[in-house]
Amino acid sequence: MSEANPDITDSPLGQYQKRKSVFPKAVDGTFRRLKWAIMIVTLAIYYITPWIRWDRGPYAPDQAVLVDIANRRFFMFDIEIWPHEFYFVAGLLVMAGIGLFLVTSAVGRAWCGYACPQTVWTDLFQHVERFIDGDRNAQIRLQNASWGPKKIARRLFKWGVWLFIAFWTGGAWIMYFADAPTLTVDFWTGQAAPVAYMTVFVLTMTTFIFGGFMREQVCIYMCPWPRIQTAMMDEKSLLVTYKHWRGEPRGSLKQAQAHPGTIGDCIDCNQCVAVCPTGIDIREGPQIGCITCALCIDACDKVMAQVDRPRGLIDYITSEDAEQEQAGKPATPVLKTLFRPRTIAYFMIWAGIGLALLFALGSRTRLDISAQHDRNPLFVRMSDGSVRNAYTVKLRNMESRPRTVTVTMDGAPDASMWLSDSSRDKAARSFTADLTPDAVTKLRLFVVTPTGDGSRQEFALTVQGNDDAEPSDTHELVLERGGQ
Amino acid sequence: MSNNKRIDQPTGTETVGHEWDGIEELNTPLPRWWLWTFYATIIFSIGYCIVFPFWPTANGAPGGTSGWSSRDELQKTLDARAEELQPVHTALATTAIGKLEAQPELMQQAIAGGAAAFKVHCVQCHGSGASGSKGYPNLNDDDWLWGGDLATIEKTIIDGIRQPNHPETRFSQMPAFGRDGILSAAQIEDVTSFVRHIAGQEGASAASQRGQALYEANCAVCHGPAGKGDRTQGAPNLTDAIWLYGGDRETIKHTITNSRYGVMPAWGERLDKATIRMLAAYVHSLGGGEAAPTPQPVEAADANGGDNVGG
Repeated sequence: MSEANPDITDSPLGQYQKRKSVFPKAVDGTFRRLKWAIMIVTLAIYYITPWIRWDRGPYAPDQAVLVDIANRRFFMFDIEIWPHEFYFVAGLLVMAGIGLFLVTSAVGRAWCGYACPQTVWTDLFQHVERFIDGDRNAQIRLQNASWGPKKIARRLFKWGVWLFIAFWTGGAWIMYFADAPTLTVDFWTGQAAPVAYMTVFVLTMTTFIFGGFMREQVCIYMCPWPRIQTAMMDEKSLLVTYKHWRGEPRGSLKQAQAHPGTIGDCIDCNQCVAVCPTGIDIREGPQIGCITCALCIDACDKVMAQVDRPRGLIDYITSEDAEQEQAGKPATPVLKTLFRPRTIAYFMIWAGIGLALLFALGSRTRLDISAQHDRNPLFVRMSDGSVRNAYTVKLRNMESRPRTVTVTMDGAPDASMWLSDSSRDKAARSFTADLTPDAVTKLRLFVVTPTGDGSRQEFALTVQGNDDAEPSDTHELVLERGGQ
Repeated sequence: MSNNKRIDQPTGTETVGHEWDGIEELNTPLPRWWLWTFYATIIFSIGYCIVFPFWPTANGAPGGTSGWSSRDELQKTLDARAEELQPVHTALATTAIGKLEAQPELMQQAIAGGAAAFKVHCVQCHGSGASGSKGYPNLNDDDWLWGGDLATIEKTIIDGIRQPNHPETRFSQMPAFGRDGILSAAQIEDVTSFVRHIAGQEGASAASQRGQALYEANCAVCHGPAGKGDRTQGAPNLTDAIWLYGGDRETIKHTITNSRYGVMPAWGERLDKATIRMLAAYVHSLGGGEAAPTPQPVEAADANGGDNVGG
């Protein structure tokens, strides 16, 4: 430690180094086909969802999924969420988080390998690249070629297609925030809000840059998720593993024939490195650059089939099974690995939150009352000695139809009330109000009591829709009966 | 330290050459383009400092080349808002107060504008909740010295209370019965007893009976034989539960002895028509507002904002 190692005085490693370009080779196999399927499904969900129509009557938008920020409403099929119900969205986010923990502890970085938008769009962009520039070797040749008209044309064409995809990615995003057909027309006729154009521009550029150029750099250097996942994996989590005990020492087929029994199964063909979208060598062991997309498994299986050796030299395997396999013991049964305290606990929490959300969704009321007592002045003494209190009442009609409701007073038996647009001679123990659809109706309420003895009395306002069988909501209040 | 680099045997990776309590760090160089993005942000920040104001001095920040300033931004927002509200102001200035209630939307805008104007011009005396204090009327209740319909409230605001050199002002003057020697101290005690009796604060007594005669001779001309007051001359109702200065014995005695002389500015000289209408609408909306007494005088007053009503 105390003396410099003479071997590395002129080390190639500085503090920084040139980025190593990655040219993943096309591959076919089980996992590649799974990736195709997941890519098609996720992209379809992303692009099609805003265009699904959902009839909610004349007072609400007919878009199935709509984040209506301007009007503070979140529509998702039959569910409408108001700002005060945002805990449903928070709950979904918590479920997404715990769902990710569950998936990670069960099957490792499946999210990274298959479903992460960075993976999906990078994969899509790489297919475009192969379509235009050819496969790995052609791409490397073109990269190394000098800039001539041919290369410039190729590059511009490729970037053009990428930009086109990136533009549609950004364009689809804004459709979630406004009526999609209207916004599409507005967008192309220059009438959409500036924020729509800015969002499309920003998302076009981020998609273009992240999917076209940064790619694995995002996963390795920017994304926090690989670091978090490292902490969440254990010896029973699935990993893409090179079975070094089977593969080493590496050697070509010729060497294996020349020295039977001394050479491992790995023929050192480098196919696993060639297909890797993050450019790593899985044979160096588990590493942060591995997103477990399993394309190296497909590549290796294909080679093993060609050289007539059993598949799975590189395979999904837990580190516990890896140890057992090295020791010549049978692998733990899959179900036993899958159902262990950690995954069961994650699942219980995940399902518990889901059930609680469903219960809350089923039992929530769509007609609310809340009221606030005036504080300044707290009460007003009237000429006849009675005491008047004033309240701001908010009636929340969360249904997409106009409603007539009755608000009644419980408690404070000698008190009566009237709304500011009425008058004291019409004071009563209840009032009716017409509520606009999907809106809060704000009313000013006066309550008067003949008793001015300085006491305070509790009472409650209860709201009931005139076409409902039962009251919807109650708000408890205090009536001040004079201070002196 | 940095020359203590060595190859870490298990990983085959070079270390960076630091060592802390036996812990070393493997060197995994960052791609150089990250460094370029860092430099790019520094260059951007230089440009940013040139374009936008950034260095504070005693006289504010010198403007950047863009000329942007948060004060201008605020002024633009305020101007835009004022322009937005201009139609409401014009409508209020040209709509007679008697016709305001027929236009609920304009009325709501007037109340909202009045609430804001009240906070600027009125809270100093009437309080932020318009509930007044001793000598300053509570505007929430249903007791009015001069009247509580929209037009009367507007007139009171325009001309003020007891403004010198303002002929139209609301002016009521009670003699200082004690200070000016009209009534003796004992007589004032008797009148006080009577006033408290008709206000329901104490029972009939010999003093209140003596006070009744004195009341009829000295007070009934303004406050009325039954003590119900007279709005045409601003004489308060003595029988209700509301006292401007207080209903206890000492305060009533003080009022009779020295009289009171509350004042309010004539806001017509200070505020524009629209603002005054908004204030009237707001005060009317507080819970004690009354309907216009009879349509005829209000209609006649429409043309010039109701300045001959209630006087």
